[in-house]
Amino acid sequence: MSDAQNQARAVLEGPDIHRALTRIAHEILERTRGAESVVLLGIPTRGATLAHRIAGRIAQFEGIKVPVGAIDVTMYRDDLRLRPARPLGRTELPPDGVDGRTVVLVDDVLYSGRTVRAALDALNDVGRPRAVQLATLVDRGHRELPIRADYVGKNLPTSKSEKVKVFLEETDGRDAVVLIKEDDR
Amino acid sequence: MKRHLISTGDLTRDDALLILDTAEELARVSQRSIKKLPTLRGRTVVNLFFEDSTRTRISFEAAAKRLSADVINFSAKGSSVSKGESLKDTALTLEAMGADAVVIRHSASGAPHRLATWVRGSVVNAGDGTHEHPTQALLDAFSIRRRLGRLEGLKVAVVGDVLHSRVARSNVLLLHTLGAEVTLVAPPTLLPVAVETWPCQISYDLDAVLPKSDVVMMLRVQLERMNAAYFPSAREYSRRYGLDRDRFARLHDDAIVMHPGPMNRGMEISAEVADSPRSTIVEQVANGVTVRMAVLYLLLGGSEPAIGGAE
Repeated sequence: MSDAQNQARAVLEGPDIHRALTRIAHEILERTRGAESVVLLGIPTRGATLAHRIAGRIAQFEGIKVPVGAIDVTMYRDDLRLRPARPLGRTELPPDGVDGRTVVLVDDVLYSGRTVRAALDALNDVGRPRAVQLATLVDRGHRELPIRADYVGKNLPTSKSEKVKVFLEETDGRDAVVLIKEDDR
Repeated sequence: MKRHLISTGDLTRDDALLILDTAEELARVSQRSIKKLPTLRGRTVVNLFFEDSTRTRISFEAAAKRLSADVINFSAKGSSVSKGESLKDTALTLEAMGADAVVIRHSASGAPHRLATWVRGSVVNAGDGTHEHPTQALLDAFSIRRRLGRLEGLKVAVVGDVLHSRVARSNVLLLHTLGAEVTLVAPPTLLPVAVETWPCQISYDLDAVLPKSDVVMMLRVQLERMNAAYFPSAREYSRRYGLDRDRFARLHDDAIVMHPGPMNRGMEISAEVADSPRSTIVEQVANGVTVRMAVLYLLLGGSEPAIGGAE
C-alpha cells in the first residue's frame, strides 16, 4: 500500500460498514413492508457487491430471498466524451425482471448524482419498475442534480478536492471507506 | 490521438481482450427487448462500400444504429472515376459531412490505410482486397471463446484459399496475439508469398491436421478473384481440402467448425457439416453485430479511441 493511502483517513472501518448495511437492510424492510416485490440492483462494481450483502442480511432477518442484480451505467453516462472509452461493467437482471417491482438501486458513494441519473436511464431500457429507490453506503454531498438517497449508510461532509474511496472485502481484500486529500494522491 | 482499426496486427493483447470483453457485455443487450443504447448519439458513422457485401454492411449498420449513431451508407459501386482519385474525392466529401468514423470495404489492399491519411475520423477496415478483415477475425475469436471458453493454447486450422483471403491473414495475426496456435492448410498454389513469415504453421495435408485441431475454420474458395488455374478441378479441390462427413468424423468431440460465409456448399464444406450443431456459422453472424458494436464503442465512445493503431 502506498504512503498516500496510509496517510489517508479511514472514515469507516469494517464493523462500521457492517452496522450501516444492517441498518439499511432493516430500513428497506420497514419502508417496503417486508421487502414486498423489491428488487436490489447494484451499480458495478462495488454497488453490486453491496446489493448482494444487503440481500444476504434481508434473508438472514426475515428469511425472504430478495432478487438481486446489477445494472451497468457506463453506456448511459453524460461524461463519456471526457475520457477515453472505458470498459463496461456487467448487467445482470433477475430472471423475473423489474416490471412492476420496487427497485432499490445500490451504489457505494453518492456524489454529483450523475451516476444515479445514468442508472435511471439504463433502468428505463430494461423495464418499468413500480417505484425506484436509492441506497448508498456514503453520501458525500455536492449534488449537481435533483437526486437524493432513500437509505444512507453514512453522511460524510467532504470538500470537493477530497476523494472518497470504498474498499470491500470481495474486491479489495478489506472493508473500509477512506477519505483522501487531493495533495495526498 | 487518432486511431483506426485497419489491421489486427495493430491490436495489442490488451486491446483485443478489451474488445472481446466489451462484446461479451454487449451480447446481453441483444437479448433484451430494447436493444438500443444512447452511447453514440450525435456521432456519424459512414459505411463506404466500394465492393458488394450485404452481410458486413448490414452488420456494421445494425451495430452503429444500436449505439444510436447516425449512419450514412455510401455505396461507391459503379463509379467511373479511377480508384485513387475517387477514393480521395470521396474522402474529402466525408470530411465535409463530418464523419466520426468511416467503415470502408475496398477491392484494393491498402485503401483503408490511404483513407486514414485523408480523413479526421477513425477508419475501420471492413475488408480491403486480399489484405485484412479485422472485425471478421475479432468475431471469429469471440465465437471461439464463447464456445470453448478460452483462446490461449487452442489449435486452430485455417483451411483453403488463403491466397485470396483477407480473413485468413487477420485471423492468423489476431489468434497469435491471443495465444492460439494456427496452422494454415492449403494447396501450395493457394498460399501467398512470404507466408512463412506469418506467425503460424503451414501444412498441405488436411487429414494430418484435423485430429489435433480444436477449431477448423474453412475459407471460401473465391472463384471470382481467380483468374488462373489454382487447382485442377473443383472436385479435386473438394476431395483434398473440403470438409465432408468422413473428415468431420475424424475431429475430436469438442472441436468446432467455422466459416466466414458466404459458403460454397459442397465445395469447401458439405451441407451436413455446415448445419451440424458443432458448426458456429449462424452464431458468427449474430456475434458480428456485437463485436462491431464493441469496436465502434471503443473507437468513438470516449474522448479518444481506446483501441487500435495510430496513423
